[in-house]
Amino acid sequence: MLAPTATKPVAAKFTAQHPPVYALVGNPNCGKSTLFNALTGLKQKVGNYPGVTVERKMGTTYSQHGQPIQIIDLPGAYSLAARSPDEAVTRDVLLGRRPDTPQPDRIICIVDATNLERNLYLVHQILDLGRPVIVVLNMMDLVAQSRLKIHATRLEHMLGIPVIPCEAVNGKGLIELRLAISRADLPMARHDWDVPALIAPAVADLQASLRENENRPPLIARAEALLLLTDQDSVRVAGSTPLSPRTQEILHGWEQRWAATGTDWAGDLVNSRYEVIGRLCAEVVQRAGATGPSPSDRIDSVVTHPGWGWLVFGSVMTALFLGIFTFAQYPMDWLDVHVSMLADWLRGAMPPGDLRALLTDGVIAGVGRVVVFLPQILVLYFFIGLLESSGYMARAAFIMDRVMSRVGLNGRSFIPLLSSYACAIPGIMATRTIEDRKDRLITILVAPLMSCSARLPVYLLMIAALFPSGRVPVLTKVGLMMGMYALGTAAAFGFAWLFKRTLLQGETPVMIMELPPYRWPSLKGLALQMIERAGLFLRRAGTIILGVSIVLWFLTAYPKMPAGTPPVEQVAHSFAGRLGHTLEPVLRPLGFDWRIGVAIVSSFVAREVFVSATGVVFGGVTDTKGNILPLRDALQHATWPDGRALFTPLVCLNLMIYYVLAMQCLSTTAVVRRETNSWGWAIFQQVYLSVTAWVVACAVYQIGRALGF
Amino acid sequence: MATPIKLSELSIGANAIVREFPKSGPAFLRLREMGLIAGTPVKLVRCAPLGDPLEIQVRGYHLTLRRSEADHVLVEST
Repeated sequence: MLAPTATKPVAAKFTAQHPPVYALVGNPNCGKSTLFNALTGLKQKVGNYPGVTVERKMGTTYSQHGQPIQIIDLPGAYSLAARSPDEAVTRDVLLGRRPDTPQPDRIICIVDATNLERNLYLVHQILDLGRPVIVVLNMMDLVAQSRLKIHATRLEHMLGIPVIPCEAVNGKGLIELRLAISRADLPMARHDWDVPALIAPAVADLQASLRENENRPPLIARAEALLLLTDQDSVRVAGSTPLSPRTQEILHGWEQRWAATGTDWAGDLVNSRYEVIGRLCAEVVQRAGATGPSPSDRIDSVVTHPGWGWLVFGSVMTALFLGIFTFAQYPMDWLDVHVSMLADWLRGAMPPGDLRALLTDGVIAGVGRVVVFLPQILVLYFFIGLLESSGYMARAAFIMDRVMSRVGLNGRSFIPLLSSYACAIPGIMATRTIEDRKDRLITILVAPLMSCSARLPVYLLMIAALFPSGRVPVLTKVGLMMGMYALGTAAAFGFAWLFKRTLLQGETPVMIMELPPYRWPSLKGLALQMIERAGLFLRRAGTIILGVSIVLWFLTAYPKMPAGTPPVEQVAHSFAGRLGHTLEPVLRPLGFDWRIGVAIVSSFVAREVFVSATGVVFGGVTDTKGNILPLRDALQHATWPDGRALFTPLVCLNLMIYYVLAMQCLSTTAVVRRETNSWGWAIFQQVYLSVTAWVVACAVYQIGRALGF
Repeated sequence: MATPIKLSELSIGANAIVREFPKSGPAFLRLREMGLIAGTPVKLVRCAPLGDPLEIQVRGYHLTLRRSEADHVLVEST
């Protein structure tokens, strides 16, 4: 019906002054990132599309004549009828709906050659756009293994556009691809498919309206018209231009007419695309006899086995958890020591004064608080990268889906939540693998409830204070710790359940997910990803953490008391001390006095600061012989003004419960701000967790008191 | 000709051909776009260790879907 071949190739348009902008498009798991890295190397710019939490990757590559060519790496998509924010961005950029991104002149479609039929669905949609397209047949190395034969030249003849066999992992085919993208003239595809007769008039109507009201060029208008008909419930994201009312009216008119006659227009469109693809594949793909189980099938029969599967899953998760929890500990300790060595050196090298205090206690301490997370982030991204590129991530989601579905999430939320036991920051950064926006937000909101390693010092101090003899029965200690972890986990699942039903109601979650074949991960890709993540964390979250650290240091150090004042007095007098005093009426129902208030306020920056802050406000107590008591015993001497003991077992327990629930970590807040692209969610999280912590701690204390503890 | 049964009722390892598909619902449109349309051969590969979701093989690749979706896809076993 419509022959795009009739359009003139957009040849002489590109000159040395205006090199073409390419978009790189493909299904998830087709090796798109590997190809993008191979083409652009380190010449990449990573950012966010404004208003959405979708990563924008642009890179520069060079033509055979050394001319720079810009490439936009669009997020992986199965279809232009978007079902996730990632896919919505891909669709909007290709259709020119995003004013913040240049509309690509040409498109490189990368397809997984071992899975040609389904990959060609997206290609077929993209050919509608009427832009010059280059098809890259990736994974040609695995084609032979899968007992397939792909006739690339036959596909090239049938489509009338360059089709380049390629092995992105080892760079085969890259030269040919570079030659193709350097061409001044690229042919348009032979792409004449029959839109089902019933739907054709609607496409014509919509195309006319899109040309008139949205000023789209004819072929883009037709492609968008076709897309609108399979796009009814698809995802909308911020930053894209909405449709004109006239076009929407026409669309709804047709939909109503068809709904009344029982026409399955969307299904018919999908079917007719697959008919074309079926004809292509019949010519191009040859299967060599009956296929037995592939290597992936054999691995999967163990990895997703009802018995062995759990063993593998358990081992992988233990390795991941240990990795973040313990392996990362050595570089973290090393950084810790060296940061304080730097502070000590500066203390020796500079005369005492406000500037020295600002540099050592404010700036260096703040920098330390930032870089100390780097080992964990690097270790986590190493594991996540390994799991994702090998294909195990999808299996883990497959195994855990049933459990996570109980609270309305899907299997993809499991690894971020597990990582949060070590630290919520890498955990929240790992939520990028969750496609559904609402599920991702819920996972981010509840992640800080998983007891992280920064809470351990608080738990340990309070458990020690619970048993003044110093001999803590091991079972009691373990039991208390387990109790705290269980409380946090239960709260996380409870709130996830609650949010899914109230604030972030979504459609019934689905688990339509591809299980890609297992592959050897590329170490270069892993390394690139780790460096990129660490850099992003330092730039985006690091600056916020550093800034707030300095502010909090100022609050505990000022106004200054005359030199020689004991630290307790100095703290009592500082802004933080006054804040503690002001907060006392709020903290009293929890059994906390103003000094605990000071410790809570100063540990707002990070939970483990509670221990050192407690040391300052309660420490320095001496026994009858003049020896300084350990902090644990000093706490036993702390009393209310009327002489009642402050740290009763109930209060110790209550402090632990408070720290399980409260959001006392500004680094997490900074990361949530970055990952959700909004202060709104970061503040909401802070508020809901603080309120929960207060209400629960208040209830525990009041009930405990009423029961006589 | 065998009477159509639900995709979720297939036994593990069984092959079938997709017969009927719900018209509406975003999940079903996506399943179609992933190549699961009337006339397509499918194979139920396995269920997850906890019984849900299911893993099917379609057009040479592996796909998961929950029982709640598979209940609505009618197939004819071959």
